[in-house]
Amino acid sequence: MSEAVKVPTMAEYMAEGKMPEVLFWVGCAGSFDDRAKKITKAFVKLLHSSKVDFAVLGTEESCTGDPAKRSGNEFLFQMQAVTNIEVMNAYEIKKVVTACPHCFNTLKNEYPALGGNYEVMHHTQFLKSLLDEGRLTVEGGKFKGKRITFHDPCYLGRANNVYEAPRDLLKKLEVELTEMKRSRRNGLCCGAGGAQMFKEPEPGNKDVNIERTEDALETKPDIIAAGCPFCNTMMTDGVKNKEKEDSIEVLDVAELIANAQDL
Amino acid sequence: MQYIPNIIFVIILIAGIGYFAKNVRKLIRNIKLGKDVDRTDNKKERFNNMARIALGQSKMVRRPIAGILHIIVYLGFIIINIEVLEIIIDGIFGTHRIFAFLGGLYDFLIGSFEVLALLVLVSVFIFWIRRNVINIRRFKTLKGWPKNDGNIILYFEVVLMTLFLTMNAADLQLQNLGADHYVKAGAYPISQFISPLFDGISEGSLILLERGAWWMHIIGILIFLNYLYFSKHLHILLAFPNTYYGDLNPKGQMDNLEAVTNEVMLMMDPNADPFAAPAGDEPEGEPEKFGASDVTDLNWVQLLNSYTCTECGRCTSECPANQTGKKLSPRKIMMDTRDRLQEVGDNIDKNGSFVDDGKQLLNDYITTEELWACTSCNACVEACPVSISPLSIILDMRRYLVMEQSAAPSDLNNMMSNIENNGAPWPFNQMDRLNWSQE
Repeated sequence: MSEAVKVPTMAEYMAEGKMPEVLFWVGCAGSFDDRAKKITKAFVKLLHSSKVDFAVLGTEESCTGDPAKRSGNEFLFQMQAVTNIEVMNAYEIKKVVTACPHCFNTLKNEYPALGGNYEVMHHTQFLKSLLDEGRLTVEGGKFKGKRITFHDPCYLGRANNVYEAPRDLLKKLEVELTEMKRSRRNGLCCGAGGAQMFKEPEPGNKDVNIERTEDALETKPDIIAAGCPFCNTMMTDGVKNKEKEDSIEVLDVAELIANAQDL
Repeated sequence: MQYIPNIIFVIILIAGIGYFAKNVRKLIRNIKLGKDVDRTDNKKERFNNMARIALGQSKMVRRPIAGILHIIVYLGFIIINIEVLEIIIDGIFGTHRIFAFLGGLYDFLIGSFEVLALLVLVSVFIFWIRRNVINIRRFKTLKGWPKNDGNIILYFEVVLMTLFLTMNAADLQLQNLGADHYVKAGAYPISQFISPLFDGISEGSLILLERGAWWMHIIGILIFLNYLYFSKHLHILLAFPNTYYGDLNPKGQMDNLEAVTNEVMLMMDPNADPFAAPAGDEPEGEPEKFGASDVTDLNWVQLLNSYTCTECGRCTSECPANQTGKKLSPRKIMMDTRDRLQEVGDNIDKNGSFVDDGKQLLNDYITTEELWACTSCNACVEACPVSISPLSIILDMRRYLVMEQSAAPSDLNNMMSNIENNGAPWPFNQMDRLNWSQE
């Protein structure tokens, strides 16, 4: 996927005196992590194909502070939050979409108390709204009939009660959507939340992502669908650990839709 | 002389309720050792939560077997307490079955109490099997006092229900004998099968049996009431305020530390004078402590949570860290918080005010290894049938470790300094944030 995509920035919009329909908050994983960058690009392609007028902050974006806050560093979190809010308020941002449930949760729930009030959507919710408005078409394409199981990200599901948007999109792909024994509000964490992504786990008898991958493998899937760059990493590692990477793909919902259409 | 039983009854009643009231006052004082947090908003939603979750047991039935059995015992507990009202009136005034005038309704009430009593006995028996025979991990992992506590409560139930049915069985015999005082009243769908056991017993002995069971039943109830304060069983009362005062925000939203906001806003304000003396009316004192190292650093809702916890272990059985063999157990977080709070309360009782005992919640009860194993996934919060949040305590203790002690694991310190220096948890330059679009 080594091709440049056209991504306008807020600064460019501002220079032209225009306002985009929505700000795409890319997030740190989406900007820097090689795997997550593919998700970012897939989502951008869908935005383009749906003719969504969007922009990113680009170099003006900074970590939302989520991992700092969950680690207990409220000070660093608020510094990040206040800085980001100043930038977004200066651009008079009204609506934000992000492909990361951690950014989503933080922007939506924790920024208002610090002066950042935006309508925040997870990319699966946003894509679902495009679908409902008839701006996005989702077709099965090459995934038609494949067996897919969706792993609920904690910060999308339990934390914010978004369970149906990603599933509605997947169903549109004409795939065989199968549920793990623990799903929706009972979904098991991938093991990355609460800043665990950035540290070694405490001593135990298993890694959380292996436990969760086993849940997924029980459903005999062709594809494990995710809605979070960190879950994606954890599940991909889990599948590799089980030596199933040749038969099972871990893909973001946005990638599935974009790839189905060969965008 | 004929009033002696009435007088004894009133003395026992006052002593039983009085001692309980004394302990409830201690309980409230201990809970108020916590920091203030405002939960006076959205009264309607709070009331609905209480009605749905505590009164309606909505989260209990997510595990159907335990849930339905629990509802039977809960209904039995609430409904059979109508009978206690009659017992109290009879006890004070020396009457017998004062509500008998209700006629058909009385028959219906007594009849349903009996059916419930039997159902409670059956449920309690199954509970006991689940706790002691079947290998259910969340019960198996309880040792010592918490394990005994759970069983003692079940034995209490068995004794009280058996006494209730025995009392009725003897009463029925006496009614059939036409004994003085024993009016024909009530329906006895269960105790009619116990009653034949007492065939041929003299009227005097039957009265002794009936009175004995009656007295032991009411004294048993008073003992059970007072046992609550010392056991995990306070949830039968505290589930109601606990669900009322629960957090209404989305589960992913963690509270904003206002003390930090003030500092941050000052730093960000270009007009702030860094050398300004504090405003004159501000009292010089200890600077605000960030996070929690002891129970008094937690807020009163978190402390109420700890007294409400009945150690069912649903949180721990859903916890991803616990399931993969880490030390963290959300149930233990709640039990430790309560044990420490009780210790602080006892210290105050003994010394008049708290005297430093060289202990705190952190390290002496909850280790950092437990705290750092949490993925903040909210599975424990979702699992709790009475709206307890172990996660909020974990977060407050992490805040203390990081902001007061700089004691985060080194990997996390790297992550945090990356965010501080280059706006991402990894060491990438902020100026490279848009490079992905060109790759």
